[in-house]
Amino acid sequence: MSLYENIYTQVQVRPTVPDPGVVIEENKDRAGGAFVQLLGYIGNAQVGPIYLGYLGVLSLLFGFFAFEIIGLNMLASVHWDPIQFIRQLFWLALEPPKAEYGLRIPPLAEGGWWLMAGFFLTMSVLLWWARMYRRAYVLGLGSHNAWAFASAIFLMVSIGFIRPVLMGHWSEAVPFGIFPHLDWTAAFSIRYGNLYYNPFHMLSIAFLYGSALLFAMHGATILAVGRFGGEREVEQIVYRGTAAERAALFWRWTMGFNATMESIHRWAWWFAVLTPLTGGIGILLTGTVVDNWFLWGVQHGLVPTYPHAFPPVVDPSLVPGASQ
Amino acid sequence: MKNIVLFFSAIAFVLLTAAMLLTAGWTAPPIHSTQQGFRGLSMGQLSTPRSERLLKEANKLPDGFEKASATGDRATAVYQNVQVLKDLSADQFNRVMLAMTAWVAPPDQGCAYCHNVDKMADDSLYTKRVARRMLEMTRQVNVDWKNHVAINGAGVTCYTCHRGQPVPANIWFNEPPPRTGGAAATNDGFGHPTKANGSTAMSGNPFAPLDDKKSIIRIIGTNALPHGAGASMPSTYQNYALMIAISNSLGVNCTFCHNSRSFLGWTESTPQRVTAYHGIQMVRDLNAKFLDPLKSDLPAQRLGPLGDGPKANCATCHQGASKPLLGVSMAKDWPELGGATSQ
Repeated sequence: MSLYENIYTQVQVRPTVPDPGVVIEENKDRAGGAFVQLLGYIGNAQVGPIYLGYLGVLSLLFGFFAFEIIGLNMLASVHWDPIQFIRQLFWLALEPPKAEYGLRIPPLAEGGWWLMAGFFLTMSVLLWWARMYRRAYVLGLGSHNAWAFASAIFLMVSIGFIRPVLMGHWSEAVPFGIFPHLDWTAAFSIRYGNLYYNPFHMLSIAFLYGSALLFAMHGATILAVGRFGGEREVEQIVYRGTAAERAALFWRWTMGFNATMESIHRWAWWFAVLTPLTGGIGILLTGTVVDNWFLWGVQHGLVPTYPHAFPPVVDPSLVPGASQ
Repeated sequence: MKNIVLFFSAIAFVLLTAAMLLTAGWTAPPIHSTQQGFRGLSMGQLSTPRSERLLKEANKLPDGFEKASATGDRATAVYQNVQVLKDLSADQFNRVMLAMTAWVAPPDQGCAYCHNVDKMADDSLYTKRVARRMLEMTRQVNVDWKNHVAINGAGVTCYTCHRGQPVPANIWFNEPPPRTGGAAATNDGFGHPTKANGSTAMSGNPFAPLDDKKSIIRIIGTNALPHGAGASMPSTYQNYALMIAISNSLGVNCTFCHNSRSFLGWTESTPQRVTAYHGIQMVRDLNAKFLDPLKSDLPAQRLGPLGDGPKANCATCHQGASKPLLGVSMAKDWPELGGATSQ
């Protein structure tokens, strides 16, 4: 007999008679793998079997190449000093080629390593995608996971490859490194006149926050109806037991509308997939089609005007005799 | 319920403690915010009682000097080899010498820091030759750069930068980017945090554009749609690092000059941005005209690792205050240094 689970542990409910939850027949025929008690506290206790295959091995190998190229260049940038490597780790970078190289292949020290690391990383990710697709196919599953992953890959490739190619400069691409790639994000927004006014950036944020909200709503709903067997979501699609009915009624009461035990997963999938997809489109439009999103926003009525708190300010370089 | 509350409190406690121990730069409250732009735009400057106290302590004024008459014997008539202060009376000339001794020379050396005391007119010491250029520079700043230094009639004196030190605290040199030779990536000097670049991974030499008039500072696209090639991402990092360094130098944040929704737009900006614009032009000019060329006179220990002379940036005068010496004008008492012409 299984106990229902609340948010963080299944055994600390202390009424006089613990609520035993719903009686479920236990199926002990599970495929392979060891059982780990500790893992069971946060997920499924069962681990393995891991299937790697040639796609997985190649993916890990290419990923390792990229990791080594990036890591060793970072280590070289602090003169092979392990202490400085740890101190500056979050700042260390492997930068793309300078602007003057355009799309040519630069010397290794001038961005060639970056190009190589990018190639290996992309190959690694694409091979991992193929592996996901293959594993789902072999198990007779739909390819939903692979296509969701493809959406994330699209954003990565947009930033690191497609957009730089469209712009004609590798230097437009994001550097490797923890803070370097975050600094790229901030600098990119400033260079192109504030990405907040990019409608696809807005969509991406809406889907990102929406994903988090949907995830929380769905997780909370299923946990809340767990005491009525609600975690058996798929059965509840065809047999709407009291868990499904109560969950649905809860949302109709509170917001007038509910998803179903099945459609909530489509909601979540699309929200998640559209986050990087719209983000990637926003990236691809920046610099290629729009050079300053704030000014674009002004032209399209996106930008509110505020009363001036200061006397009018004029660009001093426009005053005759001024230097740029 | 009690368990859940305890559980989340414990998580919050652990995370906050870890954040406090593992991250730097925390500021003790109360934090005072001064509104600048229209309400709701988040254009505010932040300070704490501690930051204000430290700023006040760091900007104490030195003792004044009695005024000297502009009439009477000319300095050129009394002293030999007067090349810059030729328009002064001997009294005024002496006043400047006394002030420079107090503001610049190490106390144990006094006049001898710059002068051959056996023959005061002698130019053999490099410090004297440098001091002469610095007097010229101070005068030029007061006379030619009023649009930066005399907005409120403040002006500059030797003390604005030197503060009792022979070499001002905030000077900079071109640094060779840290790298290992061979085929290792150069990264163009990016990827190393410094105090000046605000602990970012952007340019380790944020002030480089202040030594290179060709370097582009305006990197933001000026049209909604692209018109030819704009500024590159590396030049954007360089500009971004410079702007962070300017903020640090002045003890202000971006919104002191900009409305962050459009860093480009002058109509969105505060009047301080115009002052800052002239400041950038001024520092570029001073570095090119006065400070870089000092390298031929300076001994090796005063030069940077690449053999360049010490250069100025915003912090050289500002030293963490949006107005140097908190806006108090010493120059108005120093017509000898060109200060009075700003009146």
